[in-house]
Amino acid sequence: MRAAYDIIIIGGGVTGAAIARELSRYKLKIALLEKEAELAFGVSKSNSGIIHPGTQNPPNSLKGRLCVQGNKLTKQIAKELGVDFKEVGELIVIFNQADLTRLLEIKKEAEELGVGGLRIVDRLWLRKHEPNLNPEVYAALYAPTAGIISPYRWVYDLAENAARNGVEIFLEHKVIDIRQSGSLRLNAAASRFEVLCSQGNREVNSQVSLGAKYIINAAGLYADEISGMVGINDFTIKPRKGEEFILDKKREYLSNHIIFPLPSPISKGILVIKTSDGNPMIGPTAQEIEDKEDLSTSDEGLKKVLEGAKRMIPSIDENDIISYFAGLRPTAGKDFIIRHEDKAPGFINVAGIQSPGLTSAPAIALMVTNLLKNNGLKPRKKWFFQKYRQRTIHLFDIPFNKTKELMKEDPSYGEIVCRCEMVSAKEVRDAIKRGARTLDGIKFRTRAQAGRCHGGFCTTRIMKIMAEELNIPLTEITKRGEGSEIVKENRDSRTA
Amino acid sequence: MAAAVAAQKAGVKDILLLERDQYLGGILNQCIHTGFGLHHFKKDLTGPEYADRFIKQIEAIRDIEVSLKSFVVRLTKDKILTYLKPGKLEEIKAKALIMATGCRERTREMTHISGTRPAGIYPAGLAQKMINIEGLLPGKEVVIIGSGDIGLIMARRFTLEGAKVKAVIEIQEKTRGLIRNVVQCLEDFSIPLYFRHRIAKIYGKDRVEKVLVENTVNGETFELPCDTVLISVGLIPENELIEMACVEIDKKTNAPVSKEVNKCSIEGIFVCGNSYKVYDLVDNVTRDSVKAGQMAAEYLKGLK
Amino acid sequence: MIKKITCIECPVGCQLEVETDQSGHVIKVTGNKCEKGPVYAKQETENPMRILTSIVLTEGLDLKMVPVKTNKPIPKAKLMEAMAAVKKLKLTKQVKVDETIASDFLGLGVDLIATRPASFNSH
Repeated sequence: MRAAYDIIIIGGGVTGAAIARELSRYKLKIALLEKEAELAFGVSKSNSGIIHPGTQNPPNSLKGRLCVQGNKLTKQIAKELGVDFKEVGELIVIFNQADLTRLLEIKKEAEELGVGGLRIVDRLWLRKHEPNLNPEVYAALYAPTAGIISPYRWVYDLAENAARNGVEIFLEHKVIDIRQSGSLRLNAAASRFEVLCSQGNREVNSQVSLGAKYIINAAGLYADEISGMVGINDFTIKPRKGEEFILDKKREYLSNHIIFPLPSPISKGILVIKTSDGNPMIGPTAQEIEDKEDLSTSDEGLKKVLEGAKRMIPSIDENDIISYFAGLRPTAGKDFIIRHEDKAPGFINVAGIQSPGLTSAPAIALMVTNLLKNNGLKPRKKWFFQKYRQRTIHLFDIPFNKTKELMKEDPSYGEIVCRCEMVSAKEVRDAIKRGARTLDGIKFRTRAQAGRCHGGFCTTRIMKIMAEELNIPLTEITKRGEGSEIVKENRDSRTA
Repeated sequence: MAAAVAAQKAGVKDILLLERDQYLGGILNQCIHTGFGLHHFKKDLTGPEYADRFIKQIEAIRDIEVSLKSFVVRLTKDKILTYLKPGKLEEIKAKALIMATGCRERTREMTHISGTRPAGIYPAGLAQKMINIEGLLPGKEVVIIGSGDIGLIMARRFTLEGAKVKAVIEIQEKTRGLIRNVVQCLEDFSIPLYFRHRIAKIYGKDRVEKVLVENTVNGETFELPCDTVLISVGLIPENELIEMACVEIDKKTNAPVSKEVNKCSIEGIFVCGNSYKVYDLVDNVTRDSVKAGQMAAEYLKGLK
Repeated sequence: MIKKITCIECPVGCQLEVETDQSGHVIKVTGNKCEKGPVYAKQETENPMRILTSIVLTEGLDLKMVPVKTNKPIPKAKLMEAMAAVKKLKLTKQVKVDETIASDFLGLGVDLIATRPASFNSH
């Protein structure tokens, strides 16, 4: 066994990162395990970044309660961590008077959960505040507390802060088995679990085993498999695919709010979403599938999304689309599953965290902390918890005079790498220093390669910076981890 | 460069040439194949040779100040430019402005090719840069989408570098490239060219594994295993800067709305070369860019 | 033997039918719309020639790769062999455009010349 921990968190998505950050307040030895090359590369990377106000959840649901609480917590923690959170508000629109009854129900349900500021707005209000909206929209439910955040930067910054407070993060550590100690007469100091991981290189079979008193299973799409390792098999994760389409930043002011149609029983429908990067997003579809790795997009998905989005904002044009992707929501029935497993003492499942998982994450973290406390953990708070984090600098969101100041410290702020999104060499280097190891990792952190030219201009520049900073050959640079190398050969064999 | 030289010859004394790369010459530097300059220089040159002839002219003219690694981040309708270069943020006002910002490639995303998003899907121009400038080979088994000249030339380039080009897929009924290129880039190496076909889906988790090719006439499909998909489906003028200055832009073509070559909706801003429209021949780019230099000189005389 | 080739002398791109004898000499060309067709067909059939353009690795220069070309066409059949040789070269001296990098390349009577200048790294 390499090391023993008080707590091992399995899964480095937003749930795992938020739990890690919350628990890093205490004097605990914590490990966060992620199977991919970087954090947020699973479910979280395909999140649309909406911090929901708490509407559209069943009144007695766990997720309803956690969403409302999470909305408030996210706002506060985002401030502490220097992450952009924009409270843009949301509109749920209806096209005829008949739907007003349902809209009022949604309002009432949300108010029972404690969502504040809700009101029905009419055509006159909408024309003024949402001028591009289809004039046929009859009315809307306005929820001012809805917001947007960058889902990956949120995960990275939560995790960075957790690491700053002592959490150890292990990437490319895929849990392949969990062994429970046979004896139930536990010595308080002993590990109850042995977590076996395959490590790094997928071809070389190198394994490592870590001890833990508590395990928190936040493994997203694979939470059922991880849970099965300790004999808890009473739920399965079913992926529900969503295809999303990103529009050019030029259309940033397409809408002023996040716009929803009236929700259906299985999904919130096709939305027009504002993102914290400026590019509007339309989608997602909702399709139950079997394969947990099927991230393909389809012609039909595009058609459906365009149709749905244009119904709300008719001026959306297919030519505005600069990118698209598919994500998988890890569903396990209708609600979240967050519980201590009495049959496997010390094991906490955090499963089925579909929408509104991003919003709920900080509230889930509090709930998990309580579950730990109720099940034998007596954590003591650290004397000093560093709750603040220095805001990451992005040239695209600071004024030019600030850029000028920054360049006095480091001239490479003036060396532009990505022309579509205005990202400098310095920002790319910073991203690497903060943990980026792959081209996607750089993209999610800095937006370089995420613009309209899709890396046509900047890919080789970023690769060269990575090779230099990480001291690795160009042939080892990957898009998202081993197996996704960008190039096959280098003429220069000295570095190949 | 052609516009700067022409403007100087027409009497302009104070010219600043801003280039965002560390070298002059732009995309010509990565176009190492021949076929450039037959009209302008009456010689069959490679891209770097064509660029070099202009670089030498620029270097010989003292009135032209060249600023490399200079990236314009803002442009106003009054022709005030803000640009960044390592260690510096400059703001300058131009009396006349010539935009020669070229074009960018249409992407996989713009053609909405379904499937996964693994490594190994590259715009053809990026692959060209990887091979010719960086000496890197992006893939070993390649399928190329689009039979324009860039696609054809990259088919030969990959083959010469030791990769296997499985096919060129063209949705139209004939090639958009030169016949010479079809013969010398594809037929020379027995590379199949499929007309009226499209890529219906890309497969692969980490790296491209195969593509599904569909006959657009009868709907029949077949799979081609490959590790790389090159996208060569056209070019778009790059005009986001003048758009920022509120120049009227045609939404379909991304070119400036214009009544006369090189002109746009703001007086004194001239747009030339591939940013004005996508040209087939560099010689024609040069011809019209020379005109842009002269037009700018005329415009400045009119101001006095 | 009859072979079909596309004439590349102009954008018309005539489909030529080229008939050759046993030793590979052209005896008849049809399908051409002008007199350039048969001339091209004879050359292309009996001895097709191509300019090779490629890149050469450098060391200590400001460009990692220097683009090169053969200053005259070489036999088409020699292209891959020539590429293999190009890949083995390493340029360590400064070059100007047109400067020879390898003379009488592969004994083909052509020179491999630089098509872009490269100078020593400043640092």
